Amino acid sequence: MGNKLVIILVIIFGVLAIAQLVRVSELTAKATKRKEEEIPENENKFNGNMMIIFMIALYASFIWLMLKYGYVDLGPAASAHGQEIDWLFDLNWIIIITVFFLTNTLLFVFAYKYQRKEGVKAFYYAHNNKLEMVWTVIPAAVLSVIIIFGLQTWNETTAKAGSEYEDIEIFAYQFAWTARYSGMNNQLGKFDYKLTTAENPYGIMTKDNIERSLALMKVGEPGNSGVEMIEAQLNDRSVAMSSKDRKALETELGRKERMSRLLEAMSITYDADSLDPLAFDDVIVEDSLVLLKGQKYNFHFRSKDVIHSAYFPHFRAQMNTVPGLTTYFKFQPIYSTDDMKRKLNNPEFEYALLCNKICGGSHYKMKMSIKVLEPKEYLEWQKTKSTYEGTPWITGNEDKLLEYYESIANRVKEN
Amino acid sequence: MAAAAQEAIHEHDHHEESFVSKYIFSYDHKTIGKQFLIAAIFMGLVGMMLSVFFRIQLAWPGESSDFLNMFLGDRWAPDGILNQDMYLGLVTIHGTIMVFFVLTGGLSGTFSNVLIPLQLGARDMASGFINMMSAWLFNISSVIMLVSLFVESGPAMSGWTVYPPLSALPQAVSGSGLGMTLWLISLTIFIASSLIGSLNYITTIINLRTTGMKMTRMPLTIWAFLVTAIVGVLAFPVLLSAALLLFMDRVLGTSFYLSEIIVGGEMLDNVGGSPILYQHLFWFLGHPEVYIVLLPALGISSEVISTNARKPIFGYRAMIGSLLAIGFLSFIVWAHHMFVSGMDPFLGSVFVFTTLLIAIPSAVKVFNYLTTLWKGSIVFTPAMLFAIGLVSTFISGGVTGIILADSALDIQVHDTYFVVAHFHVVMGLSAIFGMFAGVYHWFPKMFGRMMNNRLGYAHFWTTIVSGYGVFLPMHFVGIGGTPRRYYDNSIFDTFNPTAGEMILDLNIIITVFAIIGAFGQVFFFFNFFYSIFRGPKAPLNPWRSNTLEWTTPTAVPGHGNWPGELPVVHRWPYDYSKPGADEDFIPQTVPLKEGEEEH
Repeated sequence: MGNKLVIILVIIFGVLAIAQLVRVSELTAKATKRKEEEIPENENKFNGNMMIIFMIALYASFIWLMLKYGYVDLGPAASAHGQEIDWLFDLNWIIIITVFFLTNTLLFVFAYKYQRKEGVKAFYYAHNNKLEMVWTVIPAAVLSVIIIFGLQTWNETTAKAGSEYEDIEIFAYQFAWTARYSGMNNQLGKFDYKLTTAENPYGIMTKDNIERSLALMKVGEPGNSGVEMIEAQLNDRSVAMSSKDRKALETELGRKERMSRLLEAMSITYDADSLDPLAFDDVIVEDSLVLLKGQKYNFHFRSKDVIHSAYFPHFRAQMNTVPGLTTYFKFQPIYSTDDMKRKLNNPEFEYALLCNKICGGSHYKMKMSIKVLEPKEYLEWQKTKSTYEGTPWITGNEDKLLEYYESIANRVKEN
Repeated sequence: MAAAAQEAIHEHDHHEESFVSKYIFSYDHKTIGKQFLIAAIFMGLVGMMLSVFFRIQLAWPGESSDFLNMFLGDRWAPDGILNQDMYLGLVTIHGTIMVFFVLTGGLSGTFSNVLIPLQLGARDMASGFINMMSAWLFNISSVIMLVSLFVESGPAMSGWTVYPPLSALPQAVSGSGLGMTLWLISLTIFIASSLIGSLNYITTIINLRTTGMKMTRMPLTIWAFLVTAIVGVLAFPVLLSAALLLFMDRVLGTSFYLSEIIVGGEMLDNVGGSPILYQHLFWFLGHPEVYIVLLPALGISSEVISTNARKPIFGYRAMIGSLLAIGFLSFIVWAHHMFVSGMDPFLGSVFVFTTLLIAIPSAVKVFNYLTTLWKGSIVFTPAMLFAIGLVSTFISGGVTGIILADSALDIQVHDTYFVVAHFHVVMGLSAIFGMFAGVYHWFPKMFGRMMNNRLGYAHFWTTIVSGYGVFLPMHFVGIGGTPRRYYDNSIFDTFNPTAGEMILDLNIIITVFAIIGAFGQVFFFFNFFYSIFRGPKAPLNPWRSNTLEWTTPTAVPGHGNWPGELPVVHRWPYDYSKPGADEDFIPQTVPLKEGEEEH
């Protein structure tokens, strides 16, 4: 309460102070016969000088910010294409800073230099086609350079992933991420949102999942009524139901009937052979995304509810996750988490996947940590994980696999 | 013909007016302009307060503030700590109010209304009634938008772009309930207001120019208003359709934007829609909207800079050409907001090209402003200060657009604070500077009194210092990879505490400047309302300007603007410091001397 009073008082006194200032200025104006529309010499000079002072202050604070907060500890790009992007960013940054300083300087210096002076008349200069041509052509030329370099990087970054890429699906929902690795066959199991149940939160398509969802939709279970259970409820004459509740239940029945028809169709279309081998070897990881240094990854993005955006700031990668549409982004991590800790001289550093599209109240907490590991550590981690079917991820000769991983990680060093 | 028709209007309207018909349901373009201005100042005040609320949260996250509790109450700021849903609500409504209600309705609505008939030598707008409708629809939509702040489930919370599915599903965020419905209703009415207003401006400019006012003799303000109105008429209907489809998805169970969604444990049966369709429709307006906001400001600054540099605007035809080029290009750049939406990357590269093209006419405008100042005789009226400020922010905000337009670079900075900083400088600051320049410059014409210059200087310098103080550091927050619309950035502490600290440092700087800037506006509010009643009486042509509005026989023109004959135009409006003339300005009504070249 006390603070409110202080705030109100400050506002009141502030307004009163301005009112008094205005009164003083009015009285002096009357006394000196100054007119508001005629700007006196001293005021004009004051504003002219302020132009230069402001310009210097602007540049000084800009340079200070650049030096102190230049990259806000983001570090060098930790992906192959990210290095290209950083190079391009620097090029653009140099161009725009040059333009920023050049044109702002011209503006403020002209404003200062050509302020009104006794006996000096403005120069009547209405147009000059040559000059205008110059400042149409020069920006056009500079922009062409920017466009050419920019599109080159863009095309490389967004080109389709080849077969050497490992597929990982990133599944987004309010307010967390889940990763699904494609497993030993490097093929992700199919999915359908209609199969989402408590046991199958990511809607993965296997024959069993289809049958279970179908049964659930047709019959239901306690707490999750299916068609038959709702019908029974609606036909139960021993229970009184308000017309509103009945209407809601009927709507739900209609929806579930449509859903169960679609599931039925799905059940007829797919057999176990076409689905299960794809899905069974997939590996679902909910705590953190673990990547192998040097491996090329093709990420598939999927959303359960609203649009999210998978933002990997350290890898210069970002893609929206859109319900009903799979999106893709590929990149190759080139520094392990330990490499980056050394580069930033920051032992607490971790990579992170952040949500960068407004998605609800806890948008700001939607994060998944990322670890980029060296071959040995990566293999150790893999050994602790099991597949969707429940078997160990790694089968076969570990030494051979490690050798292969090392060849991948070494590819980075050769660059 | 036109002149005769106008005389008829004039005769017809010659009768005693009541308070209601004069100030409330007025057909007079000047009164309507003032209504827009006052409504926009009020909305601007609200929008600014909202931004101070969420800036406090960003600088001092989780700290209790009586100030927040006082305004937001226990519902949205229990114990003085801002609620995380309401944070999104504040951000959303701040954006909506500033973009639509202040910088579209306020800027274009005020000055198109006040200036178009006066600078063209017309008695009034083509249709006074439609004009009044436009103003009142604007007021109604403003009220609805404000009401949406007070509904129990909160205002719209999905960002000012209201992307579905978030905006379509009340289960996803509480603001997508009644708050979002009101948002859509308000925007629909706003669009209607804007559309009929724009049609009226276009019709007036084409039909009601006085004798001698050729298109190539129109002041650049009018050109800017014309291009703005045309862009608005072509772009707003698309937003209307986007809003309508969203409304249907919300209410009628259609699936235009919804597909395969499970939200709040409920499996929706919407299949086949595309959220990306909404983004295309929204940005088809959304990007031209940037220019709807900016072009009137550029028009105003052209006029103000030329008058106060006492020089003709350099490259008048190039200025018109660049206005037209910007207006045209603004329609084929929209998808640069969608580089990482999942859109085909090839389509993205097309939009890189068209977007960067827009830099060319923008550069031409900047260089023409600079050349206009060169060898001028500059008088620093408050309006001139704001016009110079506009050129500076137009440059500083424009150049960072080059990074955002480059799709490869946009991957990294998309939806970060870099974007927020960019558009606030180039369209927020520039447009609001243009609006202030216009208010200071035409205040004598609107209210017949002068505003206080010294308060004007104080207003300008605090505004530009705090404006840059807020948005310069914000670029670095964005380059550091800070996503926008985060309630707080504590998440950084879990993976890079050093970065988290730096971001917080910068956020404190930003908030301090935001608060200073907000207090700086007190100079304006006070000056504005005080001068309406107590300012010194204005002379007929205080800035010694050439355009027609300064030729009316009374400081505030009466109904019909000119009591007798309409003025006749003999020259372009930029004959300042013309060699051979006695004065350093020659009004448009002065005939050419023998042997005098027009320009």
